[in-house]
Amino acid sequence: MSSDWNLRPSYTFSPDVLAEIRRAANTGIYSIRGFGAKRQVPNFDDLVFLGASMSRYPLEGYREACGTDVVLGSRHAIEPIRLDIPVTIAGMSFGSLSANAKEALGRGASAVGTSTTTGDGGMTDEERSHSTKLVYQYLPSRYGMNPDDLRRADAIEVVVGQGAKPGGGGMLMGQKISSRVASMRMLPEGIDQRSACRHPDWTGPDDLEIKIQELREITGWRKPIYVKVGAARPYYDTALAVKAGADVVVVDGMQGGTAATQDVFIEHVGIPTLAAVPEAVRALKELEVHRGVQLVVAGGIRSGADVAKALALGADAVSIGTAALVAIGDNDPSLDDEYRAVGSAAGFWDQYQAGNDPAGITTQDPDLASRLDPVLAGRRLANYLKVLTLEVQTLARACGKSHVHNLEPQDMAALTVEAAAMAGVPLAGTTWIPGSTTDR
Amino acid sequence: MTVLDLSTSSLREVNSELQSASTGDFVVENPQGVHALACGLDSAVTVRIDGPVGYYCAGMNQHSNVFVDGNAGTGLAENIMSGTVTVSGSAGQSAGATGHGGLVVVHGDASARCGISMKGVDIVVGGDVGHMSAFMAQGGNLVVLGDAGADLGDSIYEARLFVRGTVASLGADCIEKEMRSEHLEFLAGRLAEVEMDADPADFRRYGSARALYNFHPDDVDALEASP
Repeated sequence: MSSDWNLRPSYTFSPDVLAEIRRAANTGIYSIRGFGAKRQVPNFDDLVFLGASMSRYPLEGYREACGTDVVLGSRHAIEPIRLDIPVTIAGMSFGSLSANAKEALGRGASAVGTSTTTGDGGMTDEERSHSTKLVYQYLPSRYGMNPDDLRRADAIEVVVGQGAKPGGGGMLMGQKISSRVASMRMLPEGIDQRSACRHPDWTGPDDLEIKIQELREITGWRKPIYVKVGAARPYYDTALAVKAGADVVVVDGMQGGTAATQDVFIEHVGIPTLAAVPEAVRALKELEVHRGVQLVVAGGIRSGADVAKALALGADAVSIGTAALVAIGDNDPSLDDEYRAVGSAAGFWDQYQAGNDPAGITTQDPDLASRLDPVLAGRRLANYLKVLTLEVQTLARACGKSHVHNLEPQDMAALTVEAAAMAGVPLAGTTWIPGSTTDR
Repeated sequence: MTVLDLSTSSLREVNSELQSASTGDFVVENPQGVHALACGLDSAVTVRIDGPVGYYCAGMNQHSNVFVDGNAGTGLAENIMSGTVTVSGSAGQSAGATGHGGLVVVHGDASARCGISMKGVDIVVGGDVGHMSAFMAQGGNLVVLGDAGADLGDSIYEARLFVRGTVASLGADCIEKEMRSEHLEFLAGRLAEVEMDADPADFRRYGSARALYNFHPDDVDALEASP
């Protein structure tokens, strides 16, 4: 910070804005990076739980039962997924992540009884064998799409969009298209691969209904079918997913991460997770399928508080991606020197597309990938998931709930007018819900 | 030969029987345009469908040979892995979409997006194909005896496209390529296999210019100042 008061910084042309203009002028290509939206948006921190008081009766913090189990896919599937905790691991591809990282995610999730998800690139034997519950993503690119994998999955997630880039397809830069990744995707090695943004054989919810019928026919109606959308028009998208026959709707807010996307897409398309959940829940309630069609919420979930607030707004479970990567070692301060050597710093690293990840997570380089011990990393993830669960239980018990699904909007207040309007809960200390005609 | 009748059996019953068979010949009667018929087959059965089918007929086919005596709706043999799917009439949009292997034969026309994202399947169309056919096609061969609609092979990777008639326009990064002897041999073999009468020498070949395979960033900072 300069002490020279004649040097007046511009708020509009801030240092990061100036740096991006210079970078664009030098290269002539848009900025491509990983991670999720970095700018400040209204989020779950803007909500607080009210806890029990004179009118509510709390449960003992450590002794009284507070259930955390969740069943996904009970609408149509013969074999719904039963999770012990309401936190799942979001879809991340082998290709964007190393095989060791995928194994670590499987080990960690399986240890605490929850599911992991494949990504844009197919299912590997490693992730199948290390994940007791594995959700198979069905994506526009259909890279590695194989009916044998479809049948050995525990659920199928039809991906319409993702929070980091609703309306956009994936990217995987040439430096990560190793021979194994290339052969799984049936692409030439080393190309800058851009995944399709539209499904090749269906358009719109009427077609999707038939596509889901086909997936059910191929899997004998046993597997739950999720539909994942990026948070853009969650009310309509959720309603249409239900109409198309989804067992589970996954809504991914704009803070959701990605392995590689244009920065302009990550920061400027989609709506925040906080704003998306109540709209999705409204659609489910109007169709009288809330809890019958399960809602999974993703995008910037970091703590048990975030999980509890998403559940209180009406979600059945959440998914984490970025937080899971951090838990297994992404952006670890012990690697700061190495992050700086590749032009970043611990805590700032978002070059998941570059393939030179010092943590060995977002890479296909065998030497870098071997740095990640999948057993230890899996144990870290399991511990983190346990903490999230304990935190949710702590908050639920404080609100007098014997199951985390009993949390409700009436347990919360908002700290900002924006959060009150988005979440549909009163501004703290008032009965005012902006946009609502009835006080609470 | 086993006869399955969709006027008296449900789709689930018919598909279950076809999917659980390890071998044998089947005839499916009264398909009435039903969707997802004979999808997910995984053994060397032969299925003849007497009449038109809806979406995703023979989707994700493995090993089996499916013959449709009629027309087929959207997504015929989508993501086919192996085996053969043949249609006597025409096919709707996205025929053979994302197919990884095997053979799809359409004796009539195929609509838009035929062979979209194909990854190794061979598709032979006796008539025309619609616009955006072979979009992002990664591998395999699309053989068209008639004409191709606009934007053929847009953003194509390594698939090979052979068209006997006219091409309304080529999509991004798709160019005409030299017909070499191996291409003529391939065509002669495939045409004979599907019993379509055409001279390989009448076809033109199209494929990727490979100009979109990588981004090409500038680096002005590394340049000397211009004199």
